[in-house]
Amino acid sequence: MSFVTDHILSWLTFLPLLGALVILLVMPRRAVAAHWTALGVAILDLVLALVLWFGYDPAPGTDQYTERVAWFLDGAVQYHLAMDGISLVLVMLTALLGPLVILSTRKALTERVPLFQAMYLILQTAMIGTFLARDMLLFYVFWEAMLIPMYFIIGIWGGQRRIYAAVKFFIFTMAGSVFMLVAVIYCYFKAGSMNLQDWLALELTFQEQAWLFTAFALAFAIKVPLWPLHTWLPDAHVEAPTAGSVVLAGVLLKMGTYGLLRFAMPLFPDAAVAAAPLLAILAVIGIIFGALVAWVQTDVKKLVAYSSVSHLGFVVLGLFSLTAQGAAGGVFQMLAHGLSTGALFLLVGVIYERRHTREMDDFGGLAHGMPGYATVFMITMLASVGLPGLCGFIGEFMVLLGTYTSSMLPNSELMVVLAATGIILGAIYMLWMYQKVFMGPLRHEVNRGLADLNLREWIVLAPLVVFMIWLGVGPGLVLDKIEASVDRVLAPVVAVGAEAAAGRTGHAALLPDHHVLDPGTRVVPESTDTEVTR
Amino acid sequence: MTETALLRWIVFAPLLGAAINGLLNRRLPRQLSGLIGCATVGVSLILSIRVVMQLAALPVEDRVMVDIVGRWLSFGDLHLDIGFLLDPLSAVMILVVTGVGFLIHVYSVGYMAHDDGFQRFFTYLNLFIFAMLTLVLGENLPLLFVGWEGVGLCSYLLISFWFDDDVNADAGRKAFITNRVGDFGALLAMFVIAAVLLPQLGEGEGVFSFLTLQHHAAALGGVATLASLLLFLGVTGKSAQIPLYIWLPDAMAGPTPVSALIHAATMVTAGVYLMARMNFLLVLSPVAMSVIAGVGIATAIFAATIALTQTDIKKVLAYSTVSQLGYMVAACGVGAFKAGIFHVMTHAFFKALLFLGAGSVIHAMHHEQDMRVMGGLRGKMPVTWWTMLVGTLAIAGVAPLSGFFSKDEILYEAYLGAHGGFPWVWLIGFLAAGLTAFYMMRLLVLTFFGENRASAEVQSHIHESPWTMTLPLVVLAVLSFGGGWIGIPEGMGGGAWFQEWLKPVFAGGHGAAHGAHGGHHDHTLELVLAAISFTMALIGLGLGYLVYARRPGLAETARNWLGGGLHRLLNNKYFVDELYGTVIYRPLRAVSDVVMFRWIDRGLIDGLLVSGSAVLTLFVGSLLRLFQNGMVRFYAWVFALGVTVFTVYLTVGG
Repeated sequence: MSFVTDHILSWLTFLPLLGALVILLVMPRRAVAAHWTALGVAILDLVLALVLWFGYDPAPGTDQYTERVAWFLDGAVQYHLAMDGISLVLVMLTALLGPLVILSTRKALTERVPLFQAMYLILQTAMIGTFLARDMLLFYVFWEAMLIPMYFIIGIWGGQRRIYAAVKFFIFTMAGSVFMLVAVIYCYFKAGSMNLQDWLALELTFQEQAWLFTAFALAFAIKVPLWPLHTWLPDAHVEAPTAGSVVLAGVLLKMGTYGLLRFAMPLFPDAAVAAAPLLAILAVIGIIFGALVAWVQTDVKKLVAYSSVSHLGFVVLGLFSLTAQGAAGGVFQMLAHGLSTGALFLLVGVIYERRHTREMDDFGGLAHGMPGYATVFMITMLASVGLPGLCGFIGEFMVLLGTYTSSMLPNSELMVVLAATGIILGAIYMLWMYQKVFMGPLRHEVNRGLADLNLREWIVLAPLVVFMIWLGVGPGLVLDKIEASVDRVLAPVVAVGAEAAAGRTGHAALLPDHHVLDPGTRVVPESTDTEVTR
Repeated sequence: MTETALLRWIVFAPLLGAAINGLLNRRLPRQLSGLIGCATVGVSLILSIRVVMQLAALPVEDRVMVDIVGRWLSFGDLHLDIGFLLDPLSAVMILVVTGVGFLIHVYSVGYMAHDDGFQRFFTYLNLFIFAMLTLVLGENLPLLFVGWEGVGLCSYLLISFWFDDDVNADAGRKAFITNRVGDFGALLAMFVIAAVLLPQLGEGEGVFSFLTLQHHAAALGGVATLASLLLFLGVTGKSAQIPLYIWLPDAMAGPTPVSALIHAATMVTAGVYLMARMNFLLVLSPVAMSVIAGVGIATAIFAATIALTQTDIKKVLAYSTVSQLGYMVAACGVGAFKAGIFHVMTHAFFKALLFLGAGSVIHAMHHEQDMRVMGGLRGKMPVTWWTMLVGTLAIAGVAPLSGFFSKDEILYEAYLGAHGGFPWVWLIGFLAAGLTAFYMMRLLVLTFFGENRASAEVQSHIHESPWTMTLPLVVLAVLSFGGGWIGIPEGMGGGAWFQEWLKPVFAGGHGAAHGAHGGHHDHTLELVLAAISFTMALIGLGLGYLVYARRPGLAETARNWLGGGLHRLLNNKYFVDELYGTVIYRPLRAVSDVVMFRWIDRGLIDGLLVSGSAVLTLFVGSLLRLFQNGMVRFYAWVFALGVTVFTVYLTVGG
């Protein structure tokens, strides 16, 4: 057993890849066998994740289960996996969605099933690896590796404009990654290793930080996607098969916000603090813009895609509130969005399988014939619009509260006021869509007698619904795991703020002169005022 | 502070009912479904009576009971419990909610007997009671907010209950979204409060807990106006005040028991409850109090004028509800929280009664709601007629019925005022009271007097409703008649028990005001004002009877005399819906579609910046080739192999 327990993160990461190889080798043409094999592998991976879930000690919030061996360049590059609370909950989300997504493809996919299952498992390896890597080259490898299976999933099993969407997805992400690669190489030469710990100890000038932060943040912002870098998302979602959309919204979009929190912010804290107002403003624009554009879509899937732009805006706002509450709210919102939007895409897939359309005008009055479907859709929608008692509320509440009370983000109150309009707009577009699809008279005869959810669909959706409620009523399930880790990851940024607030000059060595002389560009004076008035 | 685990069961019993009804749905026989629905609320009612008796047995200054179920959210210095708080204020609310709620559940068994969605209806109704009890018992602001949005959800589900008709679905959506605009304010108010209090709290103190808030109220002085006005935005949504009242009249699209329970007796009074609950904050801001008083009393008369011309029986009652809520809100604004809550209670009795009576009429008239084709129902529906008469006299403010005492107290306190007097609030409230009496008499006459104007077919089926419907009417009639007697002021020889009961809740900041107008010695003014408003009620009723029963031509003459313009303005509800549609809704949608989506998103960002770039074109060309050689499997292989080799290398090499 020790072979498993000593390398549990490696098993967790590479088990899906192993499954993919088995499928490609043993059953390249047997759809059913491949499907069940993939499902079994994904469930096994989920079991491993659960073992970690219960084994992880959240109190210190440190990296645990570390596996670290020299890789090449005399150990300057290492195979280094580790897990803290933030990685844990995101890995858990990935591992939970895995079996559900695979199960959902049972009837939806008919073409090249084994290849698809293999692709999905490879993708899962890459995603989990991205969350666990603590060596920057290893991280970069996993990060890029995610791109390829996703590219094929959209490009092979997608809709009519799948090639365009796949290429667009690929190029957007690549474009960002190129900048990140340059930054990675720069830091490597600076630090003499690819190890995250070494990088965290780097002494960088503000100028360096600014460039490096920009490169990293660009790569991550595209992935989020942060407005206005989001236009690949609606195309990718609309063209991707259901399973692709689910994993895209459920996990892949979190890579960007995870990267910001894990790397961009703690590595370059001065730059992060300086850039926070800009990123927060873009996030707020995204919240409002995404919601308004979602409202005028006629394709349900496109509506959900734009709603992601809006929801991820909350995550970014939370991170750049530079408060523990806001950042933890952001992480929580990542999970909540993964559950609710993942479920929404599955639900859209359910109706697409039956009617081969996603246009709202082709529906209407479905609640009559499909009460189970309508109910699950309703609960998911409510979780998505942040109804208190469901998962969406906790994340939004903490993000907004953290931002409002932030002493480091200037004009944070105004940003909260603007961002909070998102809760009104969210209700507007979601209820609009729900009414057009489920309420009103049955406008089209073809929709009469559509089958309600079958057993397989219930099995896929039920766990998601359970967690939407669970996280809403007992958010401690997640918050307890991430609290100490968020504090640790945020520590460098908080330190910048604390030093600045205390008016110490010691840190000024890191900053260019104008930065010290011109307090207008710093967030500090505002926060000092706040402190005084309190 | 006493602990009791009973509180949670008051809240959870209806949730259990909702769960059973919701999960089993049609597999459940109707009788059983209705029984479960009523019984779970009945359990809540019995438990409520029990805990309130326990509460009453405690010494006055110790009348607080809590039940902490567990930790809800804990992060850094933010702590929220799932817990319930019973004090004299929430005691009144839970008795009203479970009491009236129980009666309306029973009524619904009859009213919805032939409906397809019987089980679904009881699921929603039980869920509503659960949410409403969470709202009034919640121990902290966010938990109150759970109930607050929960009742909004149930309202949405029940307004659009008959969702086949887009009109109903539209009305439900409108209600939810309008309420969300208010919720936006309530949410921001919480942040404003937290930003001030969080740094001041001790270890483990829940920042949003009402007990904590009250304890630290003094620290909130600097943000009291902002926080109060933001909370009040929430109130205007939930309690249908200007400018967000527009959803409530449309909400009448829901089944009538829903109108009675949610849109008259309980949910819409949540805003008044919230203000009473946060009274220690509101009284810190005279500005906010004045705004609240002004908006409340303006809503009272504004809605009353609209009610004058409506022909749909439920619409008249809806605008009447908006108007009555205006009184309650104005009461809070002048510092008369106790009077406001008193009116919440009496209004719950008589307005639920009036709605259920209207439902009984609608039921008998084959879902006809237009009063122009009603008439002469007195003889055919005696129970409905007599009980509705009681309801009408109660809302009109005829002594000694319940509405007289509560409305009179509001007007009296407004006249004297906790903050120096608001004579204009009194004057407007007094005029609106006259209008109330008038339009209610109009409703009564058009429905029950004269000849029936319906088709012979409908007429032949008119009958009194079954006992499940008439029994709640009778009980509510009794309560509407005598329910106000527990709050008869000392000046009229009463014991003012109700006011005494609530006193501990509003002790802070309010005692001085009471002393100022010397509520204990000079009763002459109180009696004079009461006599004046009683007279006003009689004049309104008399005029209404005269115009609609005795001189039917008079209404026509008055309408012509006023030039028709005023009538059209009132009949079209001052064109406020049209205004919102033209100024807010349609422009926003047009901007979203044309500017945001087509121009900026598709045109500028995606078209010009993205697709326009030559780099993309080049990449597309080269990558397309990748697909065209049909070697996808090969690439997958290469990829998988590469990763494997990499892994093996590491395992072995490491």
